[in-house]
Amino acid sequence: MSAELTAAGPVDLSVESGGQRRLYWAVSDSWNVVRRTLTHYRRQPVLIVWQLGFPIVSVLLYAYVFGGAMEVPGSEPGATYRDFLMPGMFVMTMAFGLMNTATSVVHDATKGVIDRFRSMPMAPSAVVGGRAVTDLLVACAELTILALTALAMGWRPDGEPLAMVGAFGLILLLRFCLIWAGVWLGLLVPSPEAAGGLYALIFPVTMISSIFVAPSTMPGWLGTVAAWNPISSTGAAARELFGYPVASDGSWIQEHAVLMAALWPLVLTAVFLPLAVRRFQRLSR
Amino acid sequence: METHAVRAEGLQKRYGEKRALDGFDLTVRRGTVHGLLGPNGAGKTTAVRALATLLGLDGGRAEVAGVDVRKDPRGVRARIGLAGQYAAVDEMLSGRQNLEMFGRLFHLGGRRAKLRAAELLERFDLVDAAAKSVGDYSGGMRRRLDLAASMILAPEVLFLDEPTTGLDPRGRGEVWAAVRALVEGGTTVLLTTQYLEEADRLASRITVIDQGRAIADDTPAALKSAVGGDRIEVVVAEESELVSALAVVARVCEGEPSVDRAERRVHAAVSDRVAALTDVARTLQDQGVQVEDIGLRRPSLDDVFLRLTGHRTDSAEPAEAEAVAA
Repeated sequence: MSAELTAAGPVDLSVESGGQRRLYWAVSDSWNVVRRTLTHYRRQPVLIVWQLGFPIVSVLLYAYVFGGAMEVPGSEPGATYRDFLMPGMFVMTMAFGLMNTATSVVHDATKGVIDRFRSMPMAPSAVVGGRAVTDLLVACAELTILALTALAMGWRPDGEPLAMVGAFGLILLLRFCLIWAGVWLGLLVPSPEAAGGLYALIFPVTMISSIFVAPSTMPGWLGTVAAWNPISSTGAAARELFGYPVASDGSWIQEHAVLMAALWPLVLTAVFLPLAVRRFQRLSR
Repeated sequence: METHAVRAEGLQKRYGEKRALDGFDLTVRRGTVHGLLGPNGAGKTTAVRALATLLGLDGGRAEVAGVDVRKDPRGVRARIGLAGQYAAVDEMLSGRQNLEMFGRLFHLGGRRAKLRAAELLERFDLVDAAAKSVGDYSGGMRRRLDLAASMILAPEVLFLDEPTTGLDPRGRGEVWAAVRALVEGGTTVLLTTQYLEEADRLASRITVIDQGRAIADDTPAALKSAVGGDRIEVVVAEESELVSALAVVARVCEGEPSVDRAERRVHAAVSDRVAALTDVARTLQDQGVQVEDIGLRRPSLDDVFLRLTGHRTDSAEPAEAEAVAA
């Protein structure tokens, strides 16, 4: 080993951090954190298959196994259960994305990776910011693959092009707010095993919603809870924008699905973003 | 140039009622390996995390590489490396990808990050494994990669928090060799460890911490000699022979010999080592006492610890058990 040789080093090790170009480094560092996860997928493409396996299998199961038996009250003539289901599937995939965020964060926190980042002269915001950008990119990939699966199964959305883009925008907005909930939970739970337990929380939240069935078919109180579930609003708004709206039962929350699909995520972000940032800052306590 | 790489005075860190650091002082000379020893919960990790800017302090002052930890944490971060209790590397990336990623995050830029990664892979003997996923590395390789990652900017001060915990003896040896090479290159190392042997082998100076305070600070040799000189130890085959052994040892030793009945062992401090050993061995043989084991023992840091804190390091037993198993 040539210790002296390398300590002086043929490589110039002078670096700049902070100073005048803080914003530049915050962006550059975030991008490098994003690259890290993208490299994971490049090295092990099977990861993305696993990640997408559940929603794709769910689409196939619900559409073909239950599809024939399901009738959605108030759906448009000619609309099938698939038309009802697909926007719900997009939303469910976003909801389960919370798990991916939390799992990645708890993994980095318990393995000391976050500590290493924090001990480096990189921008502290890049640790969480990089995570957020990564998760949004992965969400885009997930939505693309799901949409292609659905199209192959005969799903034909019928909305205005701009409205359909808006639908995907609202779906991604939901994912965005869940990133902060995921970061917060990831920094809160003590171990990756404990993060696995979050499924017990997410699963009922996705079921008690309008993703699989219309809330009006549930017992009264449960239907109300389901209708007010934030992910229901995103689902209902997406159905509307994809051109297969479900007739409202007249409740306020259903009448204002698109508005609430925009508002709910902003409210959740306003709650969880500060919680996540505070939790991150509390790492130094 | 500043002669001290680390200078900390009266560090305070409280968690509710518990004082993790309670007026902790430390000075580390430039270019040395300084050991920070203490039982679990003594404050070792808290001290290192505070000096590495990962934890805020409630009181006291600390300078690392001449930079104030509380006033300019970013300045400190540009001058230190940290390798914690876990090998904080990305298991799904290859060794090379890990070093390149950290290099870019250290703001070396893509080209220099690549060059530096290649250099460090060679230096830490990881060239053959460079393309493999870190998940497939052995424990020792992973720690070496972790060390390499903490060395990307050739930091002035390197904090190693229990760098060999959980490693087998071979992995431990690999990490020790890497640490020695770093110090030859001029890096100052602050090393926390539960393994007394590790501090003894690597550190030129040791601070013993207990209940958040430095309770001793000296060279390993001086710490050991403070405990007392060499000791003679006799283990007899039958408990009934302890009395005769005790009488024989008492003739040559200084002070009172101690008896450990359960282990059928007599031990005592001696000044003239070889003469005492020869005398005791011959006399026991003449008297026909069945001796199972006889020998001289230099005090270990474990003894230092016991003397200073009134308890052994928590890991003393598992460490020994491991050594036996190996």
